[in-house]
Amino acid sequence: MDAIVAEELTKQYKAVQALDGVSFSVREGEVFGLLGPNGAGKSTTVRVLTTLTRPDSGRAFVAGEDVLRHPNRVRGAIGYVAQDSGVDWEATGRENLLLQGRIHGMAGRQLHARVDELLGLVGLDEAANRVARGYSGGMKRRLDIAIGLVHRPRVLFLDEPTTGLDPEARAAMWVEVERLAAAESLTILLTTHYLEEADRLAERVAIVSRGKVVVEGTPDELKRNLQGESVTVELAESNGNVEIATRVIGDIGSEVNVEGQHVRTRVPNGAAAIPRILGALDDAGVPVASVTTARPSLDDVYLHYTGREFASDDTT
Amino acid sequence: MKQLFRHTGWMVVRQWRNLMREPIWIAMMVIQPMLWLVLYGQLFKRVGAQGPSSGSYIEFLTPGIVAMNAFFGGMWSGMAMISDLDRHVVDRFLAAPTARAAIVLSQVVRAGITAIMQAAILLLVGLALGVRVHGGFAGWVTVFITSALLAAVFAGFSHGIALLMRREASMIAAANFVGLPLMFLSSILVSVALMPGWIRGVARFNPVNWAARAMRNAILYGGYWGPTAVYLCLLVAVAAATSLFATWCFRAYQRSI
Repeated sequence: MDAIVAEELTKQYKAVQALDGVSFSVREGEVFGLLGPNGAGKSTTVRVLTTLTRPDSGRAFVAGEDVLRHPNRVRGAIGYVAQDSGVDWEATGRENLLLQGRIHGMAGRQLHARVDELLGLVGLDEAANRVARGYSGGMKRRLDIAIGLVHRPRVLFLDEPTTGLDPEARAAMWVEVERLAAAESLTILLTTHYLEEADRLAERVAIVSRGKVVVEGTPDELKRNLQGESVTVELAESNGNVEIATRVIGDIGSEVNVEGQHVRTRVPNGAAAIPRILGALDDAGVPVASVTTARPSLDDVYLHYTGREFASDDTT
Repeated sequence: MKQLFRHTGWMVVRQWRNLMREPIWIAMMVIQPMLWLVLYGQLFKRVGAQGPSSGSYIEFLTPGIVAMNAFFGGMWSGMAMISDLDRHVVDRFLAAPTARAAIVLSQVVRAGITAIMQAAILLLVGLALGVRVHGGFAGWVTVFITSALLAAVFAGFSHGIALLMRREASMIAAANFVGLPLMFLSSILVSVALMPGWIRGVARFNPVNWAARAMRNAILYGGYWGPTAVYLCLLVAVAAATSLFATWCFRAYQRSI
């Protein structure tokens, strides 16, 4: 059975079409990544699936329950770690967890045991009785995750779990998520705008762009379906040459894309294309600093399916 | 229903515990009402007796200050909601099977409880300054109930505004805009007899004035229980109305996310 099913979800906020027919499904026990830049509709999708927002049309099922007909049953079965921390700053880590557990109908020794267990699991045992105001960003994030797990949910939503964390804390969070997925045998829906994060954590990903899922599959599948390699040419001088280089390279490769002095393209065979590209640039009088080729990354997958560079599509 | 009560209870405990962790807030809660009492007591001393039973203005003023305090306490209580919205605590509760109404209702209940505690502090200070509660035990109870109701009336209003505006600056502006006029259009500081006719007319529809008069009946006169009962019924009705308003605004917030 699928743990999450989204069918043709649409949602409009004033002039913005946030969701434009989002459909995907997540198998039970899977770590699934919704990948896309800010504003693509990831968070809105999660808010619909966690019953916070009603879609304008479409249907969704989480843990076998209809999100629109039985929102409270869905709420009982899910944990939600929002993009913005929901930690109560004035309460201690332990108090945050106890209140959340009580809301989920837990009580007594069973609740306290579970809270102790989670505090240990996310490494907050020592800070448990301190007010969360004094926690670091990483600690608050870990507390958020523990809050989402108190009632042993079947499905966990992690909306941008590492945004705003420094690289060290991000790496630690990845280890954490991997460990939790194994230890709590959860279905996890993860949204991220870090391609490497999806690559590392998710068994399957769906790329979301402008309110739609443009492609769905395992990261390897997606990369494999993308024929060829990417070639990046770094120009030695930028004045006026970028335009010429873009045109010249565009005659040889496809999906040309410029970032500063780097011009990137995709070709069927890197080894064969590089001499041609260098020759053509030399004829055009454009000096080159370096050339690199790479196997396709999720970045290329993204570019391929949306026609846009990932970073430049990041609107906010 | 049982769930609503339980969830409201936990939320009230949470808010109270959080407030108790703010030493400044405790100091403000205790000291500010005393300051009002002493300051206004001195300022308007010459105004003299305005009641039948005692010669001191302070005995006239005390019920007014108790009402004023409950009123301002309720009026500003929406700030807590704004901070919960800002920190996304509300969304976290919404994604869990929290009784929806408990999120707003608990804030109103908390404002009511705070008002009762402040009323108790004020009455004790008043006793030290020579005030007597002429209504006896029933008088004390009336003061507490009226405080809670008045705070609830304006907590409902304040939370509605907080949920619509969602910004501290707007909230402060709205509270000031409504707060001061309502205070001066009531018998908090001067007796109804001394008011110009038009203010007396407007004051009849002012919940702050109802509460001030109910408390004055209980403390200063120790009588007029009939009119007091009417004021209390009116306050219950308006508190219910503003709580509904806040709940409606909460739905509007839910629709907007």
